[in-house]
Amino acid sequence: MEDVLILGIESSCDETAAAVVKNGKEVLSNVISSQVALHAEFGGVVPEIASRNHLEKIDEVIRLAMEEAGKSFSDLTAVAVTYGPGLVGSLLVGVSEAKALAYAIQKPLIPVHHIEGHIAANYLAHQDCIPPYVCLVASGGHSHLLYVEDYGKIKIYGRTRDDAAGEAFDKIARAVGLGYPGGPKLEQSAKEGDPFAYHFPKAKLDTPYDFSFSGVKSAVLNELNHKKMLGEEISVADLCASFQEGVCEDLAEKCLQLALDLGVSKMAVAGGVSANGCLRRKMEEKAKAHGLSFYCPSPVLCTDNAAMIAAAAYYDYQAGKRGEASLNAYPSLALTEG
Amino acid sequence: MISLALDASGRVSGVCLLKDGQILGEMDLQIGLTHSETLLPLCISLLEHCKVSLEEVDQIFLCKGPGSFTGLRIGAATGKGLALAGNIPLYGISTLEMLQENLSFLQNPIHVLLDARRGQVYTASYRLGQCISPERAVSIEALLDFAKEQEGQQIFLGDGIFPYRKQIEESLGKERCLFPNPQNTLQRAASLALLGEKKKAEGLEAGFHLEYLRKPQAEREKEAGALKDFQIVQEEAYKDLGKTRDKLIAKNYPIHE
Repeated sequence: MEDVLILGIESSCDETAAAVVKNGKEVLSNVISSQVALHAEFGGVVPEIASRNHLEKIDEVIRLAMEEAGKSFSDLTAVAVTYGPGLVGSLLVGVSEAKALAYAIQKPLIPVHHIEGHIAANYLAHQDCIPPYVCLVASGGHSHLLYVEDYGKIKIYGRTRDDAAGEAFDKIARAVGLGYPGGPKLEQSAKEGDPFAYHFPKAKLDTPYDFSFSGVKSAVLNELNHKKMLGEEISVADLCASFQEGVCEDLAEKCLQLALDLGVSKMAVAGGVSANGCLRRKMEEKAKAHGLSFYCPSPVLCTDNAAMIAAAAYYDYQAGKRGEASLNAYPSLALTEG
Repeated sequence: MISLALDASGRVSGVCLLKDGQILGEMDLQIGLTHSETLLPLCISLLEHCKVSLEEVDQIFLCKGPGSFTGLRIGAATGKGLALAGNIPLYGISTLEMLQENLSFLQNPIHVLLDARRGQVYTASYRLGQCISPERAVSIEALLDFAKEQEGQQIFLGDGIFPYRKQIEESLGKERCLFPNPQNTLQRAASLALLGEKKKAEGLEAGFHLEYLRKPQAEREKEAGALKDFQIVQEEAYKDLGKTRDKLIAKNYPIHE
């Protein structure tokens, strides 16, 4: 069978990325221009700044991805692009560029859902990660608990009621003065702290697999304010460690529960928060204790990248999914359940 | 010599093809859809109607601003995507200059104004194709102060005349104001293409960057010292992931298991 070579393009938030992936598995290049340092000055991603920089960098990122892969545009089978969810101005840069490029080189265009991209990161990292499995997707913008029945066939069992997991990490990190991006900084600080110094409440929901992080977030902020009013010193490390412990335990436990309830033998994690060591450890331990396999991508594949978009597009390509020249970007694109 | 022009800087989605300086075709839509839904389909359709393949296109002219930030980027990214594989040279033309080209054969001063929201207009003024007041983002009053100093009847065009027409007439007196017919009031891709060729002949170099005339709100607030909600932190991030600390440098991150 002829090789399927897909150029993936991703610009949904603050990383401009392009990658070439062979047959949905082999990453020939994975180029990223990260704007994280630009946005750090503002304490979070500024959409207009992100969009402007995507436009400035996108040609260079795509050229470098082709060069690193050692391929020319005519070698490609298709061009894939993230068309949602994300920041609309950012998405539109990638979508407009990808559509025009696909037309120019006369190759099919494949629109990819950003979360399906995150899920596919595990196919790049692990050859034996084959559906069916249960997948937790947690990032700055998303928290979903999914059953991946087959490639491109997903059922949503749980989602967040309020903040995304990564968003909660960022907000707490900002409140305790760690700055942006909060996830890696909070994790670093938590290493020095006692995870059981504080006990923050777990949200009680009427559905078994949904998440809510606004309660624990408020509890942390209240504790901070309370100590400040009393003029007491607060251990940032203890606070971070306890917060991280609570959130990761909740995420890992619900993922395990879904796997057990569905009788599935594999569980996986994806998205930016899956770079968190505490979450990975907890999920791995829980999986092991119940004889389940556990998959998580390498850290560079956890954050936004285009290799995962090209990997997801491989299965969409095989299924005949194509995008039109009139394709638009959708900031709150829903996951389609199969 | 074949030129392609693409514009999505305002409410019009427009494309034009020139062959040896003659208009082969021009298409535009104002149907309320986002430019990402219309611009590329229009472009493909025009190429097909004109029986021109993209490989035959020698150069692409794009609006470099000012205008709608998102619209400008859709036009720019579409142009960049079309140009990338075939290394077609891109040229950026000012949206304001492109608009005055609609009527640049007339003797009267032409004031181009685009609605920039927040009580401002993006504006510049021209006479017989020459710039007499440079591009800026200012209040309508600042533009009218300049216009009042000019003699005779003056032309106002661009989408800024919709919210400000009455104010312009009151300020200068109706008899001194000329508002063009609808087909010459807004952006026309043919003007972009023709002006582009003219400017290229005068020495305009290939290369493209957007010029927004206005900084992002967050940057303006930061400069004004008004970033109260945000703690401004030092620049250090993501080294755990091995990501480059250099701003924006594109880098390959190989996947090792």
